[in-house]
Amino acid sequence: MNDKTNITLTINGRDHAIAVEPRRTLADAIREDCGQTGTHIGCEHGICGACTVIVDGEPVRSCLMFAVQAAGKTIRTVEGLAKDDKLHPMQQAFMDHHGLQCGFCTPGFLMLAVGVLEREPDISDDDLLDVLSSSLCRCTGYQGIIKAVRAAAIEMRGK
Amino acid sequence: MTAHTKGTGLKWVGRAMRRVEDPALVQGQGHFTADLPAVHWVRFVRSPNAAGKIKSIAKPAGALVITAADLKGVKPITPMLHKFSYRPVAQPILAETKVRYVGEAVAAVVAASEEYAEDIADLVEIDIDETAPLIDARDALKDGAPQIHAVAPGNVILEGKHKTPGFDAVWAAAAKVIKIDARSHRQNATPMEARAGHAAYDAATGRVTLTCTTQMPHLMRTAIADVLGMPESDLRVIAPDVGGGFGQKMSLCAEYVVLVWLARKLKSSVAWTEDRRENLIASFHSRDQYITLEGAFDKDAKLLALRADVVSNVGAYSCFPTTSGVEPLMAMAEMPGPYDVQQYQCLARGVLTNTCTMAAYRGVSRPIITFTLERLMDKAASAFALDPIDIRRRNLIEKFPYTSAMGLVYDEATYKETLEMAVKAIDVPAFRKRQEEARKQGRYLGIGFATFSERTGYGSPAFAARGMEITPGWETVILTVDPSGFVEARIGSSPHGQGLRTTLAQIIADEIGVTPDVIKVVHGDTDTSPYGWGTFASRSLVISGGATLIAAQKVRAKLIKIASTMLEAAPHDIVLENGAAKVAGTDRSVTIAKMAREAYTQTHRFKGEIEPGMTETGTYDPPGTFSNACHVAIVEVDIETGHARIEKFLVAEDAGRIINPMIADGQVIGGIAQGIGNALLEEIIYDDGGGILTANLADYMPPTAREMPPIELHHLETPSTQSITKAKGLGEGGCIGAPAAIVNAINDALSPFGVQIDEMPATPQRIRTALRDAEKAAKKTA
Repeated sequence: MNDKTNITLTINGRDHAIAVEPRRTLADAIREDCGQTGTHIGCEHGICGACTVIVDGEPVRSCLMFAVQAAGKTIRTVEGLAKDDKLHPMQQAFMDHHGLQCGFCTPGFLMLAVGVLEREPDISDDDLLDVLSSSLCRCTGYQGIIKAVRAAAIEMRGK
Repeated sequence: MTAHTKGTGLKWVGRAMRRVEDPALVQGQGHFTADLPAVHWVRFVRSPNAAGKIKSIAKPAGALVITAADLKGVKPITPMLHKFSYRPVAQPILAETKVRYVGEAVAAVVAASEEYAEDIADLVEIDIDETAPLIDARDALKDGAPQIHAVAPGNVILEGKHKTPGFDAVWAAAAKVIKIDARSHRQNATPMEARAGHAAYDAATGRVTLTCTTQMPHLMRTAIADVLGMPESDLRVIAPDVGGGFGQKMSLCAEYVVLVWLARKLKSSVAWTEDRRENLIASFHSRDQYITLEGAFDKDAKLLALRADVVSNVGAYSCFPTTSGVEPLMAMAEMPGPYDVQQYQCLARGVLTNTCTMAAYRGVSRPIITFTLERLMDKAASAFALDPIDIRRRNLIEKFPYTSAMGLVYDEATYKETLEMAVKAIDVPAFRKRQEEARKQGRYLGIGFATFSERTGYGSPAFAARGMEITPGWETVILTVDPSGFVEARIGSSPHGQGLRTTLAQIIADEIGVTPDVIKVVHGDTDTSPYGWGTFASRSLVISGGATLIAAQKVRAKLIKIASTMLEAAPHDIVLENGAAKVAGTDRSVTIAKMAREAYTQTHRFKGEIEPGMTETGTYDPPGTFSNACHVAIVEVDIETGHARIEKFLVAEDAGRIINPMIADGQVIGGIAQGIGNALLEEIIYDDGGGILTANLADYMPPTAREMPPIELHHLETPSTQSITKAKGLGEGGCIGAPAAIVNAINDALSPFGVQIDEMPATPQRIRTALRDAEKAAKKTA
């Protein structure tokens, strides 16, 4: 199991040349090999969604994907959301609508919501609720998250 | 209140200010424990058996594997209560001769990565001579049950008893006695960040820095130094960003002791990040109780007396610092809730079993006692042919201060007012009409009420009353205006999502006349913050907030003294606002930054009358103050599937003065979500052999966004006389009231079937079983 494979992960437009064991998850590689610790790991079995990142335009659970599977793909994480010191509308909306308390699940929710709205800007409120119910938050009771994502959706459509 | 008339008054307090915590967290810039790199990684090898003697532990050749035999001289974790016949059960850091629950740490594997540590852990063979485990508390109480700890005969770790004089006479004279046998199943608090620790040795100083996801950094330092027999000054504990705690992170984890021990032995850095399965089976559990509660009423449905028998399954060991008294003693102390009842008898036992150790979880027993008492009130209403609202109207406390049958003093609250507010807002007559129409179509709607009191912000005397060796009551805040005019508050409390850096800044801003953006609140590092207890028990805004206000009042007094010298004006003419001291009615002013600079650099100007510098300390240890609320749930139960859907949830609550309404509402709504999990979804299930069947988040189910109903909040603000900020705590109320309201609503929905659900969670399976049993019973009588 000790054989390592050389791969390049492209995270937020920057290449990271790393050597990983085939069994290394994308989540661990992003955090430990590439030093991008904004992506959090909450369950390692694909339920909580804290580790959600966007791979080639799709939100994925990075704990359920091997790093070697993500080689050559475009990976986006929470660190890449803000542009030129300006927060992404989703980040701003989470602050404005109290969509976070401890903040541990927040990066996953942000990437989930951004990924889905980029793919499907006109998603219905009800479908959006289904999407958001695929991740877990233990602090907020979700009301602030739902409000924030709906508010950001309007702003993202306007652009 | 001087702040009304001087300085910026209430400009910041009461405002839904955006949280200062958020910008870093939404950008992935937070610092969580597992973000730290380490040289060595630890994997714990855990017992696969619930009970038995350890015969042997086989370590793979060449691997570094630590067992109890290596930890000579390390003391076991032995928390202490000096009351209630408490038995001082000791928990070895790693299992020594026996294992007592599935998941108990037996060995620690050390390797160069998490993966290698896991690989090696799989090769460690523990041979256990397995014995029959005790899983259910009632089985553990039976005559002849095996002894889990020699020190605790009959497996009873503590026994709380209370009986008011005159109880028997009042009981005998009652018109009706109503009884409930309530069952609350086991939960895990489930913070999204599981436990994690990182211990790093510094060769230059010989000190170890333990970074861990805790709610109580200072006490962890004291406790770990005690257990390891090391000077406390050689240990620094840091609670960085903490991904939720809800009580689970306020107890000492044996795993952290191992990390500090290893860092000292290896003179290096050592890290452990728990996986979710470990968290679900081996962190801490809660809420596993049986309560039998009887209420004696007079002919007018006035509650005269309560008699309770509480059996609390405390698991295999006693948690530090609260001890396993935390649940049974809380249940005993607060069982009478918001009702005026002066006769009370209670037996509350903590019972040891071969299960994961019980510790505090948000609400601590109160979700269960509120559920039990509120179910009892609904049953009594039915027995007296009264509306559930009317029986509450007849019994809620109205006169304050009120001394309970347990001797607790309730400060002014609004039990009746919040009930009436909720009743009006939910429009009960309209609901009853809708309910009747729905029933004609075979749809079953129900409404449920819960009224409750929430004891918050209690200081050291409240913990002393429990006989606790450690009374985590007071808090200290050190407030400094530095020579640049910026403000720093170092606090002993340790928030982890509650937004305390924001709310304390609001309090300081108003008191000393600056804007919150010049204030930094610093916490969570034993090297830089004053000794304090941490964040738990709905206490931080009341106690740390009170200490903050005291420190700010002292800084304010000093600023006024300096300003009066510099501006040559009488102190009572000085107004502090917008970062400056002004002489009222003139254009003379001096900035706070300039005054602070001179307090350090021009001290000769103050002729020795003012101490150099600008640092003041506040300490606060209040008696406690009661928040209150009425929760209402409307549910629809599908009688074919047993699924209960919450259609609407309404809260009328009173938590005294609200410092930040956005944050306050967030606490209430987040608490309700956990209450929904408690009422309908979450249950740690053991099989008969002591294995856990719910060891992942697909089987143990915290609510998702789909399970959340629309929530309507209504507020009253009765300023607390027992809290110098006038604020009461509100961190736990959401999860205290919600389960009772929801399960009462389910019972109301199912009332045509004569079904009684007195068990939580009310899963589809339990609801269907109850309906099937009722059907069978009806057929028999037909």
